[in-house]
Amino acid sequence: MSRNGPLAIAFHTIIVAFMLAPIIVVCLVAFTPEGYLSLPSREFSLRWFRAIARYPEFVSAFWTSLWLGALSSALALLVAVPAALAIARYRFRGRDVLAGLFLSPLMIPHVVLGVAFLRFFTQIGLGGGFAGLLLAHLVIVCPFALRLTLASATGMDRAIEQAAISLGASDWAVFRRITLPLIAPGMVSGWALAFIQSFDEVTMTVFVAAPGIETLPVRMFLHIQDNIDPLVTSVSACVIAVTVVGLICLDRLYGLDRLLVGQGQR
Amino acid sequence: MSPVILQRPSLGAPAVAWLLSLPALAIFVGVVMVPLAMTVLLSFYDWGQYKGIEPVLILKNWREVLTDPYFREMFTRTFRIALLVTLITALLGAPEAYILNRMRSPWRGIFLLVILGPLLISVVARTLGWALLFGGNSGVINKALMNAGLIEAPLPFMFTETGVVVALSHVLLPFMVLAVWAALQRIDVQVENAATSLGADHLTVLRRIVLPQAMPGVLSGAIIVFALAASAFATPAIIGGRRLKVAATLAYDEFLNTLNWPLGAAVAVLLLVALVVVTLGCNALIERRYAEAFR
Repeated sequence: MSRNGPLAIAFHTIIVAFMLAPIIVVCLVAFTPEGYLSLPSREFSLRWFRAIARYPEFVSAFWTSLWLGALSSALALLVAVPAALAIARYRFRGRDVLAGLFLSPLMIPHVVLGVAFLRFFTQIGLGGGFAGLLLAHLVIVCPFALRLTLASATGMDRAIEQAAISLGASDWAVFRRITLPLIAPGMVSGWALAFIQSFDEVTMTVFVAAPGIETLPVRMFLHIQDNIDPLVTSVSACVIAVTVVGLICLDRLYGLDRLLVGQGQR
Repeated sequence: MSPVILQRPSLGAPAVAWLLSLPALAIFVGVVMVPLAMTVLLSFYDWGQYKGIEPVLILKNWREVLTDPYFREMFTRTFRIALLVTLITALLGAPEAYILNRMRSPWRGIFLLVILGPLLISVVARTLGWALLFGGNSGVINKALMNAGLIEAPLPFMFTETGVVVALSHVLLPFMVLAVWAALQRIDVQVENAATSLGADHLTVLRRIVLPQAMPGVLSGAIIVFALAASAFATPAIIGGRRLKVAATLAYDEFLNTLNWPLGAAVAVLLLVALVVVTLGCNALIERRYAEAFR
C-alpha cells in the first residue's frame, strides 16, 4: 500500500483543524478569567466552572440527563434483546417489516418525532412529565441498542447452545449461561451508544421537556437562545469532557468505526 | 441424538419470534405509529387565536403551507442549505475517507477517532463553538482573515445562510466520511496494485478504480447528510437566529411560540413526506445503478 503524498497530508491537516476548531474554542473560552466571552490571554481560570454550581437549573438538568439516559438505555435493552434474538434466529413472515419498524426512528427526522410526541403525550395526559420524556427517549435510543445486540446475536455460534441443550440444560439455563454472555459485548456497547444518543439529544427533547425536567442539552440550547456567556461554554466543556471519556472507552471496547457504521440508516 | 431433542419446540417458531418481539412491537406501534398518525390528523384541524384547536377536517393549513410565499421561501431555503451542505461534505469527506483509509496504524485509528468522534459530542456544544468562532466583528475567523489581509471588513457569518451551511457541514461531515469509509473497506487493494503494475499512474487509479467503487458510499452518505441537514434544528436555530427560519425551527415556533399546532403539524408532516420521497427515490436510483455493490 502506498503512502499519502504531501498534498493529501495538507488536506488532511485542514480537515482535522476544521473538525477540532469549534470544540477547542469552546474548551478554551471556558477557562477565561474575564466576565465576558474571550480567549484566556493572561491566565487560565476555573471561575466559570465554579459558577456552574450557582445555577441550580444546570445542575438539575445534568442529573435529569444522566437518569434519563441510563434508564431509557436500560429499558431499550430490555425490549431490544428479545426482539434482536427473534430477528436473528427465526425466519418468519413479517420479519423484515418488524426490523424496519424497530429501526424506523432513525429515519424519521427528530423534529417530526418531537412534534408527534408533544401532541401524543398532551392528549394522553403524560405531557410535561418524566414518564413521557422516558418513553420518547426509549423509542429513539432503541434502534441503537437493537442494532448492536442484533450484530452480536447474528454472529453467534448456535452450536454452543445446541451442545448445552444436548447436555440437558434447561431453556433458561441456556439463555443465562450461554446466550447472554455471548451477546453481552453487543449489549454493553449498545447501552453505551444508546446512553450517548440520549444524553446528546436536543431536537426532539426540546418539544417534550417542560421546565423543571429539562435535559442538559435543552437547558444549554435555551440559554444560548437568550445569550451566549462564558457560563454556557464551561457547561459545554464539561459535556465535551464526559463524551470524550465515553468515546475513548467505547473505541477500546468495540471499535468506533464498527460502532458507527450503519448509523447511516438515519 | 434426534433433532427433536435439540430444538424442543413447545411453540411454533413464528409464535416464539412474535412473542419475543411483542414488547418492542407494542412500544413502537403505541409510541411511534399512533403519535405520527395523530400528527397527520392534527395537520387537518382548524385553529384560531381565541378558539384554539378545533377538531374538524379542513385543508386550510395545507393550502397555506403549499401556496403561501412565506412558506415557499422557507422550504426553498431549507433545501438549498441541505443541498449545499451535502455538496460540501461530499467534496471534503470523500477525499478525507480515502486518505484515512491509506494511513497506517496507529495514525489511522487516532484520526478516525478525531474525525468521527465529534459525531457523539452534543450538537449544541459544537454549534456553540461555531458561534464563538463567527461571533460578529470580534470572531476568531474574521480576526484571522483580516490579519492575513484576505478581507478588509468582517464577513457576516452569524445570522446568515453561509454561517448555517459552514456549521452544518461540520456537524454532518462525519456521516459522509463514515459512509465513504465503509465503501472503501470493501475495495480489494489488489485491484489497485494490478492497475499500477499495468502502468496506470496514481491519478488514473484514483479515477478509474477507486472513485467508481467509492461512489455508492458517497451517494448513500449524501442521502443521509441531505436528510439530516434538511431537518436540522439546533444549528440553524443558534447560528441562523430567529429570523433565518428553516422547516424545523418554523415547526418549533408554531408549536411553542405561536401555539398554532395544526399549522406546525402541517409543516412537520410536509418535511417528513418530502424527505421520505427524496430518500426513497435516490435509494432506488442508486440501487438500480449500483445493484452489484449492494449485494
